[in-house]
Amino acid sequence: MFGLHFGPVFARSDALVYGFWLTLQLSASAIVLGSLVGLSAAAVRNMGPRPLRWLVQTYVEIIRNTPFLVQLYIIFFGLPSLGFKINAIEAGILAMTINLGAYSTEIFRAGIESVHRSQIEAGQALALTRLQVFRHIVLVPAVARVWPSLVSQFILIMLTSSVCSFISVEELSGASYTIQSETFQSFEVYIVAGLVYLALALVLKMAFAALGMRLFSRRRIKPIALHLPEMQP
Amino acid sequence: MIRNFGPSEILFLIESARWTLLLTFLAAAFGACGGLAVALARVAQTRAIRNFATGYIAVVQGIPVLILLFLSYYGLSRAGFNLPPIVAASISLAIYASGYLGDIWQGAIQSVPVQQWEASASLALTRPQQYRTVILPQAVRIALPPTVGFLVQLVKNTSIVSIVSVVELARAGQLVNNATFQPFPVFITVAAIYFVICFPLSLASRSLEMKFNAYRGG
Amino acid sequence: MPIVVVDNLRKSFGPLEVLKGVSLTVERGQVVALLGRSGSGKSTLLRCLNGLETIDSGRIEIAGHKMDYAPRPLRELRKDVGIVFQSFNLFPHLTAAENVMLAPRLAMKIARPAARQLAEEMLAKVGLADKLDAHPDQLSGGQQQRVAIARSLAMQPKVMLFDEVTSALDPELTGEVLNVMAALAADGMTMLLVTHEMGFARNVATTSVFMHGGLIHESGPPATMFAAPRTPEFQQFIGQSLK
Repeated sequence: MFGLHFGPVFARSDALVYGFWLTLQLSASAIVLGSLVGLSAAAVRNMGPRPLRWLVQTYVEIIRNTPFLVQLYIIFFGLPSLGFKINAIEAGILAMTINLGAYSTEIFRAGIESVHRSQIEAGQALALTRLQVFRHIVLVPAVARVWPSLVSQFILIMLTSSVCSFISVEELSGASYTIQSETFQSFEVYIVAGLVYLALALVLKMAFAALGMRLFSRRRIKPIALHLPEMQP
Repeated sequence: MIRNFGPSEILFLIESARWTLLLTFLAAAFGACGGLAVALARVAQTRAIRNFATGYIAVVQGIPVLILLFLSYYGLSRAGFNLPPIVAASISLAIYASGYLGDIWQGAIQSVPVQQWEASASLALTRPQQYRTVILPQAVRIALPPTVGFLVQLVKNTSIVSIVSVVELARAGQLVNNATFQPFPVFITVAAIYFVICFPLSLASRSLEMKFNAYRGG
Repeated sequence: MPIVVVDNLRKSFGPLEVLKGVSLTVERGQVVALLGRSGSGKSTLLRCLNGLETIDSGRIEIAGHKMDYAPRPLRELRKDVGIVFQSFNLFPHLTAAENVMLAPRLAMKIARPAARQLAEEMLAKVGLADKLDAHPDQLSGGQQQRVAIARSLAMQPKVMLFDEVTSALDPELTGEVLNVMAALAADGMTMLLVTHEMGFARNVATTSVFMHGGLIHESGPPATMFAAPRTPEFQQFIGQSLK
């Protein structure tokens, strides 16, 4: 009935390897940049002036309540129509950064709010500025507590990178699409692609867990459970 | 012939949101059945069943929705089922939903304190009776806010199936853009329609969460 | 013919042996107070009697049932053996009456109106006739524990087990629960209770059992046991409890 033929797929493994490499690049860029956006936005949300807090909240709500695909279209098709030149890969990284930024803002915020008031008061009593309190007292325990939620979100943004194939970025899904249109082994291609994503998700999960252990375990901070919808954007 | 982005185009977009809602509904309904089975399997007394459910969740959560879509689309046609795209799309979204709902509900079932199991067991209830009258009613309260939150993700992910020519909201946006070449207003409008669907669900999820926390605190 | 027979019972949690060969018989109508420090195995013994813990070796017979962990015989045993827990464990989503009605309806197949009537009777028996439709979070700890007792009684058990049922209560609320238990004892209910209430053990119990190191160290009628402890461990235990 099925009669799977993986031969033609592996004959194009060069495209798959390149696609995998692009997936990694997209994900890594988005994770680094998106985390920075999220952390800054969470800090603003926590101690910025009121209009800025409101702006951050609006950003978070808009991104979390619209599909990533539409965000990507607005950036890739919309920006050039307004005169900003942008290529598909840049558009993909920008959209992923903005998307992860919004989700991680909420996660970082929960972490920041979980740090007890008395800790902050103790810091202020030592004549530290608000920024110093944030940097030296709040930041590390806040991130440590939400690390597991953050890691889930990182993996989700990696999976979301597949949507960049809609604007013809030749990452893993885009490469798979090209190969299936050339070889007609559509089912086989997507089995291979699915397994690669699955393996990448598991490896990332373990790698980030190990990183978390290394960064935070000696500080004896227990992670907190979040009820945020940490699902695919 | 370039058309202008006017009221009739906006109407077309709004009408196409019906398909988004239908896809969401089908995926949620079938995904809920699958999700309940996965959740119960995850807390089953037989280890093999538990392991299978754990593996299922890991696989569904480790593969992009887009790939799940293609796998069911091409997999079903290879198996000899020539289904209309909307059916294949619903199936893949239901699989996606079952993986996440199963995970959420398993967590909810396990957050019912073990003493509730003991107390109901000591009253000579059978396991199905324990589930039906003691465990699930409490698990539902816990699971409701994240379940509603997940519906938001489901609505948004229906946009992915635009790639197999189901003319739902995202695909309609693409079509209108191809006809008008006004991507910015077109996709902002599309985003706004999604927002109108999703934001109330997000708010509902949050208020349920708050109500539940108040209940637990009191 | 004793109603509870425990013979050479052994139970370990991992490397820790909690019960090291406990033997005990209880006659119908006896009220047995299990005393001892925390970790002496008394709560574990009680939980074994309801099949909430499986045993490693030995024999348990209770209310005419041999201990059998298959679901069906275990349910039959539990219909005749009620247990009340330290933390009440009421079902928070059900009212007091619904908590009491649940098991009669599902396990005894009693119709809803009859079950409701039974619940009213049982709640009246524990002095809560006016709290039928209250949810657990609207009741005080003492009231919740009395609902839990009514919930067990509704099964018309032959033996009742009480696992430190007043330990989670504020001191001023323990009295109302102990009074209900004393009334039950006066009615002739066979009871085994783990307790730190020395007054209750002395005045209501017909037998005291002092557990130490996973074994029954000393047992007998409370009057003689408390007046003249035979072992230094029990002597020390009473001394500390009275402080």
